[in-house]
Amino acid sequence: MDLILVNLIDGLVTGLLLFMLSAGLTLIFSMMGVLNFAHASFYMLGAYFAYQISLAMGFWMGLLLAPIIVGIMGAGVERYGLRRVHQYGHVPELIFTFGLALLIEELVQFIWGKNQMPYAIPEVLQFTAFSIAGNSIPAYKIFMIFISIAIFIALLYILTRTRVGMIIQAALSYPKTVEALGHNVPLIFMGVFGVGTALAGVAGVIAGPVLGTFPGMAFVLGSIVFVTIVIGGLGSLWGALVASLLIGWITTFAASYNIRFEDILTGIGFIRPENLDEALLRDLWTLTMPQIGPILPYILMVLILVFRPYGLFGKRDA
Amino acid sequence: MTDQTQSPATRIRAGSMTLSATPWIVAFVLLMLLPYVFTTNSAITIMNQMSITIIFALAYNMLLGQGGMLSFGHAVYMGVGGFACVHIMNMEGLFSSIPLIILPIFGGLFGLGLATIVGAFSTRKAGTVFAMISLGVGELIAACSVIIVAFFGGEEGISGDRTYALPTFGVEFLQQIEVYYLIVFWLMISSILMYLYSRTPLGRMANAVRDNPERAEFLGYSARWVRFYSFIASGFFAGIAGGLFAINYEILTEENLNTASSGIILLVTFLGGVGFFFGPIIGAIVFTLVQTVLSLETDLWAFYAGVLFVATVMYFPGGLAGLIMMHVPAFKFGKARVLVMPYIKTLIPGALAIIGIASLVEMTFHYRHATAGDEEMTLFWTTFNSHDILPWIVAAALALGGFWLARKTAPDLAEAWGQANTPDGGRL
Repeated sequence: MDLILVNLIDGLVTGLLLFMLSAGLTLIFSMMGVLNFAHASFYMLGAYFAYQISLAMGFWMGLLLAPIIVGIMGAGVERYGLRRVHQYGHVPELIFTFGLALLIEELVQFIWGKNQMPYAIPEVLQFTAFSIAGNSIPAYKIFMIFISIAIFIALLYILTRTRVGMIIQAALSYPKTVEALGHNVPLIFMGVFGVGTALAGVAGVIAGPVLGTFPGMAFVLGSIVFVTIVIGGLGSLWGALVASLLIGWITTFAASYNIRFEDILTGIGFIRPENLDEALLRDLWTLTMPQIGPILPYILMVLILVFRPYGLFGKRDA
Repeated sequence: MTDQTQSPATRIRAGSMTLSATPWIVAFVLLMLLPYVFTTNSAITIMNQMSITIIFALAYNMLLGQGGMLSFGHAVYMGVGGFACVHIMNMEGLFSSIPLIILPIFGGLFGLGLATIVGAFSTRKAGTVFAMISLGVGELIAACSVIIVAFFGGEEGISGDRTYALPTFGVEFLQQIEVYYLIVFWLMISSILMYLYSRTPLGRMANAVRDNPERAEFLGYSARWVRFYSFIASGFFAGIAGGLFAINYEILTEENLNTASSGIILLVTFLGGVGFFFGPIIGAIVFTLVQTVLSLETDLWAFYAGVLFVATVMYFPGGLAGLIMMHVPAFKFGKARVLVMPYIKTLIPGALAIIGIASLVEMTFHYRHATAGDEEMTLFWTTFNSHDILPWIVAAALALGGFWLARKTAPDLAEAWGQANTPDGGRL
């Protein structure tokens, strides 16, 4: 029971982090109809910038400044890159962001090298918030949860309750009409792209110290973010939230329960072969739950796409 | 001839309409003669690698260029074909009864089988959904490589020995050069087949479905089935490339399946140009050279490849092939020589600027990442101290001066370009 609680909290942290990435990605997708493959790269840039700033000005300035820098870079990419490629169609746009992801990874290696950066959590948060049956929950995890929830509420508030949000929502569906009403739609697009990448930057800033700040960090999260928004339904903010939490919990629980497939197979009446090396399905017998944990989201995604191509909350076939 | 003046680079099409045998014969003779020009073992290794990449890139272009389907997990079909071939190599009884030369067919069949399964649900839609499924399936199978050890061999992969096969006409494929001719044989066969495929009604329909699925459906063709057939055909040829990879390297690992490999083939194909049949061939040749030759010279080769790729997407969506085909009208009007001088005047300073910028990049990299005390660096056959001010001035002057000159002469080039593409006495 205690372990379940600890896993619930760990899964919540992972899920909310994933949500911060997928919220920006799904906003950008519903705006431009293009999946930004470089989204996780902006997350990585967030972590690296925050690390560099924290060396000079401390963690909190990093938390404040790094997302802003990342957001400005994102807006620049939209203005000078994507907008240019847009005229060639959607596939070149996707390919462009894909190339950008490669380029950012190389750039990070060029500037900071291939090693992991010693980006640490701030000292004020280096204590145990509380313990559950001997499992200590660090304060930083609680901090991460609160930051993520605050951002989600703020985003939801801006999008659904304010005038700016209204214009953005309208521009997503009817850009021509909104333009005719006198709003600068390309500027709105640029702004949303900037905010989306800045969100990814925030995720990077707060995840960098716990998940590690290294050139492969974008790659590690890159495809899982896509899986998240596909499961949730492309363009749906609520879907992104549900899918992020789902994936967070699935992977955490799979990693912490050492269920062996051997037990399941013998449980349902199969007999373990005498000589495993000869058996064709020998891998089935040695599998454990933590081993297949990382691929569960992909299996979920393929199943979702086969049976419900528009995702859990998606309204339309993308 | 006036309708020829439409800029060909902006139009994406599948290649020239002729079914002429000349280019194939020229290519064949060239491939036969190449080992006599580049005789070293390393050159032959590079050429083997190149030919395998060409087949894979052509197979990939069947999806991307012809069918408009962007796949982010295509390395899987090549990889599975390769893994299957290594497993056949390890089945002693079976392997010693088949000639090595037909082994890639098995790779192709396995690629085809996997593509049939995946294509059954992934080809319903093109565009983003297809791209996402391909990514998901690719990641899934790549992740399985560490779990399903029996087939993928886990971390260290699986290896085999090609020489146990039944000798083909007495050849046992002990030497690289013998493997080279085997690969060339398959390169010719598969590229001719893929070319012919693109001429069939099915290949033509793939273009129609790419450009306008609704209209294709209206004509009575099922967009989904057309995509499905393109997909499995592409899987088949990718599998053949995998089989050749298995023969050439005798080992397959997780690296052959992962997202990075899938990304590279996208890069290769797009760099060469997806709009033309020969585009991926150029892409594969250029990329393999960049990868093998440039990576010997600098640690930053992947960075340059990335810049080249992003620049191509932004400025030359037709790729290198598109760039070449842009010059066809000028030649048709017999005015290509108008372009020679402006090209020299603009491109030489441009190249100098690029060399200057690359030098600055290299020097910065050396300055930041070289071990302490190591201040010597060699660039373009000159050795100097990267902590001195002089090399920085030279490189910066080269970059700025070249850029300035290129900018200054660019309007002349644009004018010459316009002139070369206008027929005499006619309007554009």
